[in-house]
Amino acid sequence: MKGLQIVVLGSIVPDPLQTLEPIVGPTGPALKNEMMLPAVLDPWAGHALYEAANLAKKVEGKVYLVALGPKAKLQQVMMNVAQKVPFEISVLDGPAGGFTDAAETAKALAAGVEKLPGLDKSKLLIFGGWQSASRGTGAVLQMVGELLGITDQFQGVDEIKVADDGSFTVLERIEGGSYQQSSCQGAPAVLGWATGNLPEPPNNPQVGMANMRFIMPALAKATPAPLAGAGLHYQSVGVPSQRRETRIVKDASVDDIAREIADWIRA
Amino acid sequence: MKVLFLAHTEEGGLLGKAALEALGAAKALGGELTIGLYGAEVQAGADSIAVCGAVKFYGVAGADFATARYGSDAAACEALAKAAGADLIVMPATARASRVAAGVAMRLGAAVDTRLTGLAVEGGKVVATRWFYRQRMVGKIERDVSPWLVTVDTGCFEPVSAPGAASVELLSPAVATRTVVTGIKSPAADAQTIRPEAKMLLVAGAGWGKSQAGGVKRLDEASQLILGLLSATQCSLGSSKSLVDQSGDGGALPFLTHMHQVGQTGSTPRHQKGLATCCHGEEPHVVGWRFIGERRAINLDASCGWAQGKADVLYVADAFAVVNKVVELLK
Repeated sequence: MKGLQIVVLGSIVPDPLQTLEPIVGPTGPALKNEMMLPAVLDPWAGHALYEAANLAKKVEGKVYLVALGPKAKLQQVMMNVAQKVPFEISVLDGPAGGFTDAAETAKALAAGVEKLPGLDKSKLLIFGGWQSASRGTGAVLQMVGELLGITDQFQGVDEIKVADDGSFTVLERIEGGSYQQSSCQGAPAVLGWATGNLPEPPNNPQVGMANMRFIMPALAKATPAPLAGAGLHYQSVGVPSQRRETRIVKDASVDDIAREIADWIRA
Repeated sequence: MKVLFLAHTEEGGLLGKAALEALGAAKALGGELTIGLYGAEVQAGADSIAVCGAVKFYGVAGADFATARYGSDAAACEALAKAAGADLIVMPATARASRVAAGVAMRLGAAVDTRLTGLAVEGGKVVATRWFYRQRMVGKIERDVSPWLVTVDTGCFEPVSAPGAASVELLSPAVATRTVVTGIKSPAADAQTIRPEAKMLLVAGAGWGKSQAGGVKRLDEASQLILGLLSATQCSLGSSKSLVDQSGDGGALPFLTHMHQVGQTGSTPRHQKGLATCCHGEEPHVVGWRFIGERRAINLDASCGWAQGKADVLYVADAFAVVNKVVELLK
């Protein structure tokens, strides 16, 4: 099937090398200096985006990114992401932290998808990460699917193969390092991606320039998406003490080290 | 408070370990307990928990519900939840249940929180504990919304065993799905290196694929040593993202896939012990070690991340030599 509309839902998360510290503000918990922390596109959403672009090339489809986050941070992140693969963006200006409510986030994203010009649900594939590196519930995509009336959904996806008639097969991760293989008659469907099998594309400045022509206006007309968190209360958020008293073994012989490790394994 | 324990059955209609632990979480809350089971068969599973104290058993069974499909599982869960009319719905965080839990919550108008590691009543309110930001911080949540659907992680609650004879009221929801499960792809039993039940996790890091002394990569030797240690210990194999990425490009170690990845974009496995080899121990990887009890690492760098309080013991040594000797000793 040609002409699939592949809509990727994604947000931003702090760069994983940053030290994260929770604080409690007037509206609930947040990250200390959250707006100052360098951000990246959520890694699983990133995988979903690359898989979307790869699929779009094969089926003459089009990739959209519906991104929810503070628009100033999104602009910074897009400077890099825009150079990866071609896409059109729709921006929802709202909080992107891990302490927001999944259902509210889903409602905002679903509304953003519905507003995409020329949306044809018979050709719609919703892609995203199977969970986020912030909230990590794995809930948002399912709920977006429900709000859009899509009841063929897959999570932990590493592969999709689309046939000429529009049907497709999917591999989803299940327990014990195995995959469940399923076939679906075709779009619409929701796919929550794990890592997939594609490497991160190298930066392509030409792709970046083409994308940014549309990203900047999209950022300027971002739809406000406040998330109130009604009914959700945090009793506490903290960083558990994880520092161990590391014993560093230096200048010991290979034999002594191996013996100690073997004894520990056997114990 | 009405509590619904909602779970799929497995082969033979029985309940898996994760489901029995989730029932333990549900039971511990007190309240009026109802059971909702779905799958190809449910009677055997219901009988295994017949005297758990539930006031009612509901089931959805049949060929349509034998395999894990979003459309059919969501229909089953929705029907069971509506029949039970519970304030709190507790499901196990299995792959099958996790695929539908949030979607079902949306259908019910329920709040949803997943992957709980704690669920208790405190001061008359239900309090849920879960991790945020890839296990970097832990939060305790209350909701004043009903119903509230939660999934609970395995390894955090006591499983229930309460055999007897259960009387199950079967429901027949309509199923609308265009998906067919065509099979399960697993590595051959002797090639399976991901072993969730193993006592130990062995993590192979990017150092195995780097040039060693003399500027030469020793990939065949690395493969042999890692697989040798796996065979000798029957441990589970994990990897850092960088080594998996090398393997995917046709380099490094061909038996590694993204499924082996531990850390920021990988898994967070639960094992009693973990041994990190040739791995840097930086935060994006170590977040995946949250649930590893005893941690040891082998690395040539005495100031790597493991030395900074992330491991119990760091052996500053050549992993090629050490692992070779360990395998000899364990044979």
